[in-house]
Amino acid sequence: MVTLVMPRLLSFEGTARRSASVTERNISTLRSAYWVVMVSGFLEPVLYLFSIGVGVGALIGDITLPGGEVVGYAEFVAPAMLAASAMTGALSETTFNFFGKMKFVRLYEGILATPVRPIEIALGELAWAMVRGVIYSAAFVVIMTLMGLTTWSRAVVMLPATLLVGLAFGALGMAVSTIIRSWQDFDLIASGQFALFLFSGTFVPPTAYPEVVRWLIEATPLYRSVDLIRALSTGTTGWTQLLDVAYLLALMALGLTVAGLRMTKQLCK
Amino acid sequence: MTSLIHARGLVKRFGDFTAVDGIDVDVRRGEAFGFLGPNGAGKSSTMRMIGCVSPPTGGVLEILGMDPRRDGPAIRAKLGVCPQLDNLDIELTVRENLTTYARFFGISRKEARRRADELLEFVQLAERADSKVEPLSGGMKRRLTIARAMVNQPEMVLLDEPTTGLDPQARHLVWERLFRLKQQGVTLVLTTHYMDEAEQLCDRLVVMDGGRIVAEGSPRSLIEQYSTREVVELRFATEDQAAYADKLAGIGERLEVLPDRILLYVADGDGAADEVNRRSLSPASVLVRRSSLEDVFLHLTGRTLVD
Repeated sequence: MVTLVMPRLLSFEGTARRSASVTERNISTLRSAYWVVMVSGFLEPVLYLFSIGVGVGALIGDITLPGGEVVGYAEFVAPAMLAASAMTGALSETTFNFFGKMKFVRLYEGILATPVRPIEIALGELAWAMVRGVIYSAAFVVIMTLMGLTTWSRAVVMLPATLLVGLAFGALGMAVSTIIRSWQDFDLIASGQFALFLFSGTFVPPTAYPEVVRWLIEATPLYRSVDLIRALSTGTTGWTQLLDVAYLLALMALGLTVAGLRMTKQLCK
Repeated sequence: MTSLIHARGLVKRFGDFTAVDGIDVDVRRGEAFGFLGPNGAGKSSTMRMIGCVSPPTGGVLEILGMDPRRDGPAIRAKLGVCPQLDNLDIELTVRENLTTYARFFGISRKEARRRADELLEFVQLAERADSKVEPLSGGMKRRLTIARAMVNQPEMVLLDEPTTGLDPQARHLVWERLFRLKQQGVTLVLTTHYMDEAEQLCDRLVVMDGGRIVAEGSPRSLIEQYSTREVVELRFATEDQAAYADKLAGIGERLEVLPDRILLYVADGDGAADEVNRRSLSPASVLVRRSSLEDVFLHLTGRTLVD
């Protein structure tokens, strides 16, 4: 039994250590200029929360959740902004930056000459994206709580949920980055991302749309993320949230697998 | 284990294209081994297979006694790689390039800093330690890449075209550093299409052309085997050098007609030059020199190394 388990543990240790060295490389690149990027990434959801959640919310009044609970519009929008910000944070690191590192500065070619393997680069980059994402999310959750849009105990549970959202979108972003060919394709990604942001039950419940559109929306990853975090934030969790979690875990596994395989194919020809 | 690299019938194909077409190679510990050949000979593909970043299509390949298909990470842990195109980390400083790279090998931060300082001293970049990579000259970048390849104290260092694109002074500085490594007993494996580089650095080399090995030996033995002691280079003031080939018949052992000159392969260069004058052929220029690996390559393939 010991001989069966030990090699796996040791090899996992190796993978974890090597992935961490890739994350560490990114931390070494942190320079003053980077904090500007960080601040803008944090501000975006806050601005949406105030302009639409609070501002437009004053005109809209209350919203009825699928389970029948009635919440204020800002309470409805805030968790969606949190989910969207977790998505944006993860994608900005794993699409544009990841693509540049892989295709243009040949960073990974240098790393692959060491014991680090392609999947370990992917894991390390994903972990790095999470470092950034969690900082955004934590700041936003604090603002939500201070504004009375959720409670502190719910906020503590929401944070790991945003991590799951980030992992799923980060893995998806890397997979997409290994498939696209040029910088122009990022316009498509940006458009897709914006469409998700607008229509994933973020500002309007999907029940406001015709049946077919509603089904479509409920199948998107951002809708599943919003559904999960909104339920946690408003204290209305149910069985559906297990579906959300399973969906996001599956997306993460799929994204990582595709990214690892495509990186091996492209970099280890 | 006698060979650090052991290849038999090694093949690499990309689709229909065969880059490496069944080569046999053995590299011993402590030697400087070269792959000499023109661009497209299959040198870089061979190096990538040896570096365990490109799976062989066929044949046997053992690196440090291990199988690259299975033990990639373990082998790479003991190799130093200096790629043809610099892939230094432009977001990091010169020193950070070494310390960060050391971390990929699991070397502690403290030890990484110690090795980085030592290696920067060795490649004469200590004063640029806190500089970014981009403002460095081509020669400095290449030296930094060589230092980076040494950070894990490798058993064998792979250098793909180590001085291509460098000016003569920078090349000599790189050669001098590589020679020092060789003296320290580090096994060097390099590819080059410069015959002077191969002559200066390699104890033993293989000449590659079209994915195959066409000759093998020390630079000296290859020259002895495939060329004469001396060469007379003749340039005639005409578009058609070949027109003179008949008139030169009988001088020396062999004659090669190139677009801009004729090469006479002879034992005695001055004697042959005298004979050319006696036949009143009056070439525009006459140069007598020793045979080089360039001549070996020309003889073996009918082409020059550098186009």
